[in-house]
Amino acid sequence: MKVDITVNGEPTSADVEPRTLLAHYLRDTVGLKATNIGCDTTSCGACTVLVDGESVKSCTVLAVQVDEQSVQTMEDLGIEHKVTAAFRQEHGLQCGFCTPGMVMAAVSLIEENPDLTEKDVREGLEGNICRCTGYHNIVRAVLVAAGKDPDAAQAAGADDKTVAPGFSAGEGAK
Amino acid sequence: MSILGTRVVRTEDPVFLTRGATYTDDLTDERLTGALHLTLVRSPIAHATITSIDVDAAKDAPGVVAVFTGADCDLAPMLGFPAAHKAMLRPFLAVDRVRYVGEAVAAVLTEEAYQGEDAAELVDVDYEPLDVVVDMKEALKDEVLLFPEAGTNLVSGMHLNKEGRPEDFFADCEVVVSKEIVNQRVAAAPLETRAATAFWGEDGRCTLFLSTQNAQAARDEVAGWMGIEPSQLHVILPDVGGGFGAKIGADPEFALVGWLSKKVGRPVRWNESRSENMTGMVQGRGQVQTITIGGDRDGTVKAYSLEVVADAGAYPRLGVALPMFTRMMAPGTYDIPKVWSTASVVATNTTSTAAYRGAGRPEATQAIERAMDLFADAIDMDPAELRKRNVVRPEKFPFTTKGGAEYDTGEYAKAIDLALKAADYDGLRAEQKRRREAGDPLQLGIGVSSYVEITGGGAFVENATVQVHEDGTVTVLTGTSPHGQGHATAWAMLASEQLGIDVDKITVKHGDTDLIPKGAGTMGSRSLQTGGIAVHHAAIDLVELAKQRAADVLEANVEDLVVADGSVQVKGTGAAVSLAELAGREELKAFHEWDAKKPTFPFGAHVALVEVDVESGKATVERIWAVDDAGPILNPLIFDGQRHGGIAQGIAQAMLEEVMWDEEGQPLTGTFADYGIPSAAELPSFDLVTMETPTTINTLGYKGIGEAGTIGSCPAVHNAVIDAVSHLGVEHIDMPLTPMRVWAAISEAAK
Repeated sequence: MKVDITVNGEPTSADVEPRTLLAHYLRDTVGLKATNIGCDTTSCGACTVLVDGESVKSCTVLAVQVDEQSVQTMEDLGIEHKVTAAFRQEHGLQCGFCTPGMVMAAVSLIEENPDLTEKDVREGLEGNICRCTGYHNIVRAVLVAAGKDPDAAQAAGADDKTVAPGFSAGEGAK
Repeated sequence: MSILGTRVVRTEDPVFLTRGATYTDDLTDERLTGALHLTLVRSPIAHATITSIDVDAAKDAPGVVAVFTGADCDLAPMLGFPAAHKAMLRPFLAVDRVRYVGEAVAAVLTEEAYQGEDAAELVDVDYEPLDVVVDMKEALKDEVLLFPEAGTNLVSGMHLNKEGRPEDFFADCEVVVSKEIVNQRVAAAPLETRAATAFWGEDGRCTLFLSTQNAQAARDEVAGWMGIEPSQLHVILPDVGGGFGAKIGADPEFALVGWLSKKVGRPVRWNESRSENMTGMVQGRGQVQTITIGGDRDGTVKAYSLEVVADAGAYPRLGVALPMFTRMMAPGTYDIPKVWSTASVVATNTTSTAAYRGAGRPEATQAIERAMDLFADAIDMDPAELRKRNVVRPEKFPFTTKGGAEYDTGEYAKAIDLALKAADYDGLRAEQKRRREAGDPLQLGIGVSSYVEITGGGAFVENATVQVHEDGTVTVLTGTSPHGQGHATAWAMLASEQLGIDVDKITVKHGDTDLIPKGAGTMGSRSLQTGGIAVHHAAIDLVELAKQRAADVLEANVEDLVVADGSVQVKGTGAAVSLAELAGREELKAFHEWDAKKPTFPFGAHVALVEVDVESGKATVERIWAVDDAGPILNPLIFDGQRHGGIAQGIAQAMLEEVMWDEEGQPLTGTFADYGIPSAAELPSFDLVTMETPTTINTLGYKGIGEAGTIGSCPAVHNAVIDAVSHLGVEHIDMPLTPMRVWAAISEAAK
């Protein structure tokens, strides 16, 4: 089947097998290799891209489903982008395999919620697995990219019911 | 000002964050044009004889170029670990028997990758099922044999303590506690699965692009399996998407890819799927341990015994060796007068085991740290206090342990105190007491671990080359092999320190066996204390060479020369010649081979705080305070990143992860949908405390940090969850500490 997909602002077109996944279309047909495939159960999120601005796991979408739509991958951002710049500054990547998906998920998350807390970031990135960083610096990077002070955002988890930042004071405190 | 010890952002990152890293499956090398895709047909049965294989239908499928079975493969079956039983041979494609689910049975080569999946389904294999043994202790009974010709499932007796434990071993102890605990099998699960791509040149040499942690060892291993000279094989590592020990050396599939490429005369690519990886890639841990600890009520630990049964999986690999580290590190940070250990390694109808972050040492730490908590509980002493009473005193270093290790440097009690202080340990205990007295359904648990581990054990030698070019740039060649650890930045810092040339002008190359014929790769947290030190010395050698040459140019004495800002300068005068100019006159390059001769022993202490809902059994890790002392810190950004990742993997083993099979040997955790890798939502941020005690075995005092976090965090979290419910009568729960297990333990204790 023929598809016309705008990728990173450029028109692309190809005759694809109907079962071709968007991830394979981007990697093999368009030749953009940043988007990675880390699992076969839509669990890891390494293949996350934006389709018309919404974050999507590109291993879960057929190329034909995004016909006439617009796809954005990490290659479109550049190192000056607030998210990629923050990932570098905060050491939010090690081996780099989850990074393209993680970065695109973060772009979407920041777009959806301009007032992110640490908890928001952790829950918002739940669909993206990283095996290297323990997420600590990814969370910091996303908070920085969202214009937050990561140390303050972490401490904001604390309130009068907590005995230390980040954990509750038990049911008894209610 | 020295660049060493400063926070330098990674030079790797601009490419990784724009074009993306280039992994093996991303290669667009023109020599790979027309490459075929390999799809492996893998056994769905854990133990069976193969009665027939029909490949005719597969051969006729669209896009299929060739199909091979074990009968077609003339690669000699290999022994995956030298000390393993010689009859435990592994064919590259199964011939008449399969021994685990996931074993390769047939190879399908197709023009397009998706055609391979279709064709593989058409390969018709008849299996005659055999009895299956999954449980290690069952396997030791030798009732079901994986290799009847071996006559036993015991893979190696190399770790057996033939002297036996003396009858009176615990005779002088007032209190003795014993427990059987499980250190469960886990999957390394690097985000990039295994991959290999091969082509043969007109010169008759094979080029193999691999995802591995050490190119040179992979070259030698694969060449041996292929029956060719190592010089006939050129191994190149593109970027590698994580390894965690599971990508040490080579996998049999790598040789198969090279062999198939030769056979069909075309390049061949192989990139496994995640479900293939979850049974095909080597896995970590997998020990049943019997721990027995004895001592007096005043808190003096006098004797410790550790009996290990370790799972090799179906075919022996590096996992056979790892109980050596478990036994060596058995006493941990403690000065225990009597320590006894033994280990058996046994074959089961499961995936092979090998290294996973820590590789034998976390198993030792888990055992002794659970033992210390059990003993503290038995004598009603605070577990932190018990640890501080028994750790090796600073004045005793270097300290030769009863495990046979020589600990270089350490201040174990200080590390514990730092962690306790950071956590406000007394405050946490007070809050715990309040909740216990209130009968709060959300109980707090506080877990302490004190650990020491061994890094750079095994391969002590590493080499580096530093070359300055006439354009002022620098190339560093290293025999280490990063896959996320940031060597391009760290090694550039070490060279920059000596040369005074900015890190952005320094390129670090690795993982190409023609360019760098020798090297031991990156594993066992060895890189900095071996490869990094080699770079340091190579840069110093280059400085000396440059001074010799500059002395002629500048008509000065060598003693009057210094190297700074990329040039050789005459002290006190303005006279100088740049390293670039010297390089223009004559090649300016230095090679240094550094022999560390010994390993180092990083150490630390972690305190974990968990909250357990005693009504549902759900435990949540709330905080973790980590003291990880690996000597001076080269780059705190990378150092802390290693700790974060390590801590997360330790928490993951304690709380979530377990590779499981049913009684028939069918994998129950064969995909990422079934296996419990934590997401950001299941982990807290980590509280890191700095402590730096240099080693004496290398010039810069560096120890390794890659695995420390895992070794420290896992027992701290494990102890914390049990501590949260210990007042309800729970003594022990095996990992992973899922709500079901915690709830069951609480219910059992209530009976």
